[in-house]
Amino acid sequence: MTTLLTLSKLIDRLSEWVGRWVAWLVLAAVLISAANAIVRKAFNMSSNSFLEIQWYLFSAVFLLAAGYTLMRQDHVRIDVILGRFSKRTQIWIDIVGICFFLFPFVFVVIDLSWPLVARAYTSGEMSSNAGGLIRWPVFALLPLGMVLLGLQGISELIKRFAFLRGLIDDPSRRKQTKTAEEELADFLSQQQQPSAASVLHGTSRP
Amino acid sequence: MIEFLATNMAPIMFASLIVFLLFGYSVAFSLAACGLFFGFVGIQIGVPGMASLMQALPLRIFGIMQNDTLLAIPFFTFMGLILERSGMAEDLLDTIGQLFGPVRGGLAFAVILVGAMLAATTGVVAASVISMGLISLPIMLRYGYDRRVASGVIAASGTLAQIIPPSLVLIVLADQLGRSVGDLYKGAFIPGFTLTGLYVLYVISIAFVRPAWVPALPKEARSIREPDDSAGLRSLGVLFALSVALAVMFAKSRPDDVPTDELIVTSMCVGVGVAFLLSLANHYLKLGLLSRMAERVTFVLIPPLGLIFLVLGTIFLGIATPTEGGAMGATGALAMGLARRRIDLKLLRQAMDSTMKLSCFVLFILIGSTVFSLSFQGVDGPKWVEHLLTSLPGGQLGFLIVVNLLIFFLAFFLDFFELSFIVIPLIGPVADKLGIDLVWFGVLLAVNMQTSFMHPPFGFALFYLRSVAPTNDYTDRLTTKPIAKVTTGQIYWGAVPFVLIQVFMVGLIIAFPGLVSGGLGKAAALDTSNVKLEVQPNQERTEMDANTLFGPATGASSPAPAAPAPRDPLEPAAEGAKK
Repeated sequence: MTTLLTLSKLIDRLSEWVGRWVAWLVLAAVLISAANAIVRKAFNMSSNSFLEIQWYLFSAVFLLAAGYTLMRQDHVRIDVILGRFSKRTQIWIDIVGICFFLFPFVFVVIDLSWPLVARAYTSGEMSSNAGGLIRWPVFALLPLGMVLLGLQGISELIKRFAFLRGLIDDPSRRKQTKTAEEELADFLSQQQQPSAASVLHGTSRP
Repeated sequence: MIEFLATNMAPIMFASLIVFLLFGYSVAFSLAACGLFFGFVGIQIGVPGMASLMQALPLRIFGIMQNDTLLAIPFFTFMGLILERSGMAEDLLDTIGQLFGPVRGGLAFAVILVGAMLAATTGVVAASVISMGLISLPIMLRYGYDRRVASGVIAASGTLAQIIPPSLVLIVLADQLGRSVGDLYKGAFIPGFTLTGLYVLYVISIAFVRPAWVPALPKEARSIREPDDSAGLRSLGVLFALSVALAVMFAKSRPDDVPTDELIVTSMCVGVGVAFLLSLANHYLKLGLLSRMAERVTFVLIPPLGLIFLVLGTIFLGIATPTEGGAMGATGALAMGLARRRIDLKLLRQAMDSTMKLSCFVLFILIGSTVFSLSFQGVDGPKWVEHLLTSLPGGQLGFLIVVNLLIFFLAFFLDFFELSFIVIPLIGPVADKLGIDLVWFGVLLAVNMQTSFMHPPFGFALFYLRSVAPTNDYTDRLTTKPIAKVTTGQIYWGAVPFVLIQVFMVGLIIAFPGLVSGGLGKAAALDTSNVKLEVQPNQERTEMDANTLFGPATGASSPAPAAPAPRDPLEPAAEGAKK
């Protein structure tokens, strides 16, 4: 079990690392897309490679982050019934979900998409748009993302079994201490103390 | 046994989907698992075509990756996350609250107007609700607002982000219904502002029937005042009239061949620019011509109006696609946040991280539902759904009522992403076959789905409000009076009238289809003149202007007359049926 837990930690670290770097692609996509619109209008210039790089980046963001999102427990679920079960039952549901929902999906997508990626690579398929980009790297993101998702699935599975044996804390609790919403709430309430007072009591009045 | 399975695969598969989803594992993978399971069974028992459908899966996923419309999801999410930390919402709430505060129900009007403004800027509910819950709710409680009214207004105004363009719901619906995002945006303007007007009407009626529930701010709470203690509203009025006059003059001076929506956008820029320059001059040259209120209002309205221009203005001027509009808005919000020194590396990282996770789970739900729909196609599911829905009594109306009831109740459990990706692909084609205009249908569903944010007990807006509303009795620091906590029951009950307003709005759109300009766009396309098509958004844009600047009175009354002669989207089908 300890070897498995080490493996799980390694996978978690990999997902964390991927998530950290892939997040920057969000910013890159935003800036490229905005610049693209401005340049097109201002200089009457448009480049297909800049149009295409946007969806390359977007695909990279959501496919490569799949494992990271799984680690953060951010793939939403319908917990109307789930919430009524005991912790152990919930963990068992996760285990069943990982083994019978997640793994087959990952396997089928890799199995079906790999030949297409290989074909695009050997044929050197290019975008049909003039000045477009080469296709195989973006196609390859699909199986790659699925591999990362599958690996994280293994790690989650290990953590759940370890929990059932009492070796680790509850792995289904979100690891992140605060969500963006909670952070905003904290930030605003800190800000609010002095500013509300000044506005409403007229202390800022000359 | 196998025969029974083979002939009834579609209903069995649909029932299993519900079981798979309620099981409680991630929606995306449950959908995919259900699809794969039935794909596998279908291949085993020899359902024709199933194997080749499954083979198409990677191509479908590549198609999702290349989808330019969906790219708007991360852009608008990112924009919302950056914007919520930029301080814009706080400034707006403070100043507009001061502007309307002296009127009965004024704080509630301010919340609704700011909600609508934030909604026109970006499309994220959480940020609006949290900001208003933390800034406006304590003030409302301090001055004795009824708790249910206060929390209901805040939660409902936050959800306006989902119907007023640019909104994520409309983007996703446009994608799923195969219509252009721009058309849905144009179509959603009047319903969005009618809804805002209805909220305002509700508060007005409370102000008359139960004045004690929505008291005016007492004099000592009004901080933006002139040295002589007047509110300085006259100077605000003059400034406003002046900028409107100049904008109108500018519009009249332009040559006739300028497209009307371009004209409106540029004239609005002129008007706003004039007000801004005058206020700047007044402030820095210490002219003393404008009251502090006039100055403050102008300054706080500039950032949101600027962002609205960046996003919607560029879309309607044809400079940017809706997706690029999102990117422009995000860049603008980022620039604003940096200029105000509100954004640092940590915040930027957090915003990117949240955006990435949201995009990922949303797109995986879409991938999952693609797997499901492929094998559902294999078992002839769409035909089954179509048969089920077209055999309803009452034709189109029957279909619309059933579908809306279905969405309304599913919205208790599913959020709009899940609804859009799971339910819409099933009912969209049927609606199309019944001859319903899909742009109109999309806007109708968007208004309906908006309730999913307000449904007790799972509505997200209520959930966010609960997380920031006081959970313990506390002593107000200014008045040193004890203030009771806001109970969860009060939040739930507060939302109920607004859910009813929402349902009323759904009925209104069905009764008066002309509220959605989608039908009009179609008419214009038929006689190939662009003019009709363009008139619509302009009226909507002035409407928006009126709403944000004049306040509730016009907002409540004008949307209805602004609507053109209603064109019934059900009409073509009726004609077709006659033939």
